[in-house]
Amino acid sequence: MNWGWVASNTHQITAALLQHVQLVGLALLFGFLIAFPLALLAVRWPRLYGPSLAVTGVMFTIPSLALFILLMPFTGLSMATSLIGLTIYTLLILFRNIVQGLRGVSPSVREAARALGYTPARRLFTVELPIALPVIVAGIRIAAVTIIGMVTVTALIGQGGLGQLFITGFTLSFATPLVIGFVLSVMLAVAVDLALVGIQYWLTPWQRGVR
Amino acid sequence: MNNDVMSLLAGVIDFFSQPMNWQGPGSILAHITEHITYVVIATLIGAAIALPVGIGLGHSGRGGLLAINISNIGRAIPSFGVIILVFLLAGFGVMPVIVALVALAIPPMVTNSFVGMREVDPAVRQAAVALGMTGWQRLWQVELPIAMPLIMAGVRTSAVQVMSTATLAAYVGLGGLGRYLIDGLAVRDLAQVLVGAILVAVLAMATELLFAGLQKLITAKGLQ
Repeated sequence: MNWGWVASNTHQITAALLQHVQLVGLALLFGFLIAFPLALLAVRWPRLYGPSLAVTGVMFTIPSLALFILLMPFTGLSMATSLIGLTIYTLLILFRNIVQGLRGVSPSVREAARALGYTPARRLFTVELPIALPVIVAGIRIAAVTIIGMVTVTALIGQGGLGQLFITGFTLSFATPLVIGFVLSVMLAVAVDLALVGIQYWLTPWQRGVR
Repeated sequence: MNNDVMSLLAGVIDFFSQPMNWQGPGSILAHITEHITYVVIATLIGAAIALPVGIGLGHSGRGGLLAINISNIGRAIPSFGVIILVFLLAGFGVMPVIVALVALAIPPMVTNSFVGMREVDPAVRQAAVALGMTGWQRLWQVELPIAMPLIMAGVRTSAVQVMSTATLAAYVGLGGLGRYLIDGLAVRDLAQVLVGAILVAVLAMATELLFAGLQKLITAKGLQ
């Protein structure tokens, strides 16, 4: 470890970290905004679920590197390229978990809400979603941790957040930037994971006694 | 735009139909063989480390939370970073790729085998104790067969992930199907990139199917 390098490159390191956080945050946001309505449709019309799961499953087998490169002719070396690729990978995980969470709501609870005269929208937001929340949050956690690692690959197409430090280390044959990028990336994943556990704890007060 | 897509597809078909791409070192088959070699070695080493840990912890029921948490953190390890880091430390060779892929393969297998063992119905466990079975007998004849579907699901997840991540091997000068991605990127030859992507995706899906079949085969008749 060469701490002198770290001291003189704090700016580069911070910028890489910020870009990393930005890419992950935006990808999760867009992924959720797309996956949520799709999941509602799949729950409403179960026939859609099988095919959508098959399509997302196949897409998941495409290596992330290949997907990023193949998006380049459309979006160039811009942030959009890595963002679109990352969003696609979050979609697959989020969609599956939102559907599973909503399906896990017991029919008797759903009927009780209907008997109480809840409109479908109110039932969704005040009854079904809270019950499905743990499974949905579990999906967000897996998606977040997965793409925090995946972002680094986009360094090969000129983005990459902390992955840029990997490339710097590789071109200079110099381990310090690599180790820094590596440690920050793992720490970021752990921090985000813990934050999500905290949010879930805060949002589901009725579960606290159970565990 | 439509023209671009057409010429890209034409490029892919052209690539597959050139006899030159099917022969000798650097041929499609050679790259597939290299790729599968990395995947098989890494998955086997990963399984040899992860399965005893997950199964042992699940069997004894101790230290489980710790194992799950460590394996979750393991998921956060960026494979791309591991490959380059080990490359700088150990130099050119298969080592960096295998280390990174093994690290990638371990977490899902630990988690799944642990959960699989824990989910064995306690009543079944007690029945086995009541029958006078020893710890080993319960493990081999009762718990493992019941946990097998979940354990295999973990191996399957790992193998598929390793299959698509093995493409990064090409970045540190090795072979495998990643060559098409890295070389194609270098010369902006998208047809070549698409060839690589298609081949990896097909291999990954074949892995899924293979394990789905294997899982059926080794799941005890009474549990199907």
